[in-house]
Amino acid sequence: MSGYIEAQLIILCLSVIYAYGIYLPAASGQLNLGAAGFITLGAYASGWFNLSDGLGLPMAQSIILSMLFTGAIGFAISFPILRTRGVYMVLATFAFAEVVSGLTINMEFLGGAAGMPVEAHAPVEIVVAVTLGVILFSFYFMSTRLGLALRSIHDDENVALLFGVDVRAARVAAFTVGGMLMGLGGAMYGHHYNYIEAQSFNVLLSIYILLYVLLGGTQTAWGPLVGAVFFTVVPELIRNLAIEVESKWLADSRFIFFGAFIVLMMVFRPEGVVTRTMQDRAVGVFFRRRHRAPAGPEQPE
Amino acid sequence: MLILQQLINGLMLGGLYVMVAVAFTLIIGMLNFLNFTIPALFMFAAMMMWATMTGNLPFANEFLLDLFGEPNIWIAGVLVSLAATAVASLVIERFTYRYMKAKYGDATEHALPLVSSLGFLIMFEHLVISAWGSDALQIDSPFGDATFTIGSLLFSWPQVISLGLSLGIVTILSYIIRRTRLGRALRSIAERPDTATLMGVDVLRIVPIVYVITGLLCAVSGILFTINYTSIDAYIGDTVATVAIAGMVLGGLGNVWGAVIGGLFVGILEVFSIYIVGADFVKVPIWGLLLIILIFRPTGLFGHSAIGKGKF
Repeated sequence: MSGYIEAQLIILCLSVIYAYGIYLPAASGQLNLGAAGFITLGAYASGWFNLSDGLGLPMAQSIILSMLFTGAIGFAISFPILRTRGVYMVLATFAFAEVVSGLTINMEFLGGAAGMPVEAHAPVEIVVAVTLGVILFSFYFMSTRLGLALRSIHDDENVALLFGVDVRAARVAAFTVGGMLMGLGGAMYGHHYNYIEAQSFNVLLSIYILLYVLLGGTQTAWGPLVGAVFFTVVPELIRNLAIEVESKWLADSRFIFFGAFIVLMMVFRPEGVVTRTMQDRAVGVFFRRRHRAPAGPEQPE
Repeated sequence: MLILQQLINGLMLGGLYVMVAVAFTLIIGMLNFLNFTIPALFMFAAMMMWATMTGNLPFANEFLLDLFGEPNIWIAGVLVSLAATAVASLVIERFTYRYMKAKYGDATEHALPLVSSLGFLIMFEHLVISAWGSDALQIDSPFGDATFTIGSLLFSWPQVISLGLSLGIVTILSYIIRRTRLGRALRSIAERPDTATLMGVDVLRIVPIVYVITGLLCAVSGILFTINYTSIDAYIGDTVATVAIAGMVLGGLGNVWGAVIGGLFVGILEVFSIYIVGADFVKVPIWGLLLIILIFRPTGLFGHSAIGKGKF
């Protein structure tokens, strides 16, 4: 595998892990603009657990511990944050990420603004394997009873409540598990690049991850995967094309198209690329399942 | 005396945040969504000002230079900047409100406008980067070092004027909202858009006005920022808007005078944090305070606000 492909694959894998972390709360209609905060927590926690000046644990243990740590923080802040809704929740998660980043930069034992080196290295194979694991886990998670509950909360919170879904518990669970996944993503980032800087996990990162998820679609577990793959691979393809045809303008302006695409997408396909109807149709095509007509008068043969 | 000087610097900086915070709060109060095109418009206006003043504006530069002459080119900059932002605001209104309203009924349902506005933010930033690069750009202030002193306190004329202008604009805006026919229409839309339509408010005519007003607020703030601080880059909107958002939340979402006080407060807080503990630590007090307010007192420090629909 050439170095270029490998580097792109890593970026893709990390984006997919982050996207699933944001997707789980988004599946229940909660917008989390604090991805950068969780990623910072995961990256620094795992790095510090692994560091010989820190706890000096082996890599696998420090990654698992950092997931638990991020999950615990996510659990703790989910109660106050889930009291807020709509625009307040977007602002609160955003504020959380800013506080985390501000605190991290000012902690001397984490290297402060200069960043922190990470000792153990995670090769590409491990990152890819972890990513596949995260994807499988997310599909499984969404197919459980809890996943169904999240979908029902997304569609109509009050009806879900009437049908006996514990809305708050489901949301807390989604937020916490999402936080753990982002912590895992952050840990992977740290161990692969072996160097972390709090400044590289900024507002723009949170915004991009949220966009991957919302544009991919929050109705099915395919959404974040499609969104993250599409929005990391296509700009790279355009960049290569631009190098091919030697157009500096095309290379510079690919993100203009990205922005324009987002705007148009919201006008023409607001539920994201992959919707539940689309998934059902695809399943019908592949498995020849008869599309059941909606209840009503019998159709004449 | 040094502390008093810092207080003055903070107030001057806060004056710029005030206009951005008021722009945020107007859109949130009226249409209930967090408009991320506001940083884009702020940056766009600042860039237009820079481009006109340094002769980097495509097509129209020679013409403007002939028309206004070398020393008055900043007037051309202000006009170009305001006009371009107003046009951009109308385009943005089409895509974040009108088409969605036409297609999906209540446009503020779901996160659609929020996502569209993020799309616009990315688009504008990269438009500017592909035209002029992402490095910091400098201008020579058209007013040089026009300063005056009271006692031992140093005031810079452009800053004093911009603070005055900022407060003046917000006062006029507040008068419009409270006293005029347009203001009544705005308040009725904020309360309940469907009922407003039934009562004869032409929502599709009023909403573009709101967008243009907020766009111009950002533009004025962006222009004043360029003149006062003389150094801008493509991400300046993000930097300013995050602080302005903090100011808006402090004052309560949808509350115009709250945003004014909040904006001034975060300006002062920023200057003092830099003065006392260093620039890196600024985020912690501002955003920590914000998080606490959002959780325990979501209506902001001054109570009552116009929204509570829980949508975007």
